[in-house]
Amino acid sequence: MSGPEVGLAISVFLACAVEAVEALTIVLAVGVTRSWRSAMTGVGAAVILLAAVTAALGPALTSIPINTLRLIVGALLLVFGLQWLRKAILRAGGAKSQRDELQEFEHEREEALQAGAIDSGLDAYSFTIAFKGVFLEGLEVIFIVLTFGANQHNVGLAAAAAGAAVLAIVLTGVAVHRPLARVPENAMKFAVGVMLTSFGMFWGAEGAGAHWPGGDAALLVLIPATLLIAVGLVAILRRRAAHPAVPQPAKAAISA
Amino acid sequence: MRRLESLGHFIWDFIVGDDWRIAAGVVLALGLTAIVAGTSWSAWWILPLVVALLLAGSVWRAAPRRRTPSARP
Repeated sequence: MSGPEVGLAISVFLACAVEAVEALTIVLAVGVTRSWRSAMTGVGAAVILLAAVTAALGPALTSIPINTLRLIVGALLLVFGLQWLRKAILRAGGAKSQRDELQEFEHEREEALQAGAIDSGLDAYSFTIAFKGVFLEGLEVIFIVLTFGANQHNVGLAAAAAGAAVLAIVLTGVAVHRPLARVPENAMKFAVGVMLTSFGMFWGAEGAGAHWPGGDAALLVLIPATLLIAVGLVAILRRRAAHPAVPQPAKAAISA
Repeated sequence: MRRLESLGHFIWDFIVGDDWRIAAGVVLALGLTAIVAGTSWSAWWILPLVVALLLAGSVWRAAPRRRTPSARP
């Protein structure tokens, strides 16, 4: 497996695992509180729709000329990656609260309890919430799988990495029957943000006609450099939080 | 009409997210890279530089302002 392929597999696996953890929390909350049958019907419907989206988008993406594809994919990965990384930096730096799956689960459960009586047939609330949760989180998974896979001409590897991640999370969820609070979700989001941003820069620049010094080896510099900048921003945020600003008169006294 | 509006909101949230400046900056940086790549200059450095600035700026804007404690008693 080449370097970019290893990067592809790791990025897709981590991104899909994060999305699967979030979807699992939603499905567990409505399933436990209201109706497992309706929640699972919602999951099934979302999976069918996601498969249809993949079938429609996959061939369309792979038929685009490689430089145009790299430009589009690079731009989208950069926008996505920077948003993930920004959130992860703010969370790691203490400027935004960490995502807590147990808290999310309780929130979803409270809302499910307040949603009125449970329908005897198909419970519309459980179906809709499970469908929405799986479809929206799944859409991000599909986007990452297709863009990474099409760009590397290896949709199979990306799909395998995504499938392995979803399977691992679902099996763990079924085994423990509660939200996966111990998964280091924020750290995983940080790593995914770094990878998406680095690959986005690499492919985006190539698609725009630039040539990286060292070719594919440039990724070996881009990834650590992006990580370093992100870690540096976290350190600045933490320092800011630990040392509040000095009032003006005190500053004057210090400099005098 | 309302469905179209909510679809538009969904697409905006899905792609652009919390900070539209990031998306705008990425598009501009890619455009600039394409222009410079068309000349005899090397263009690979533009994207890393712009990305670093965009990320730092976005984090800075989103981070809560540091409150200066009042000097008065």
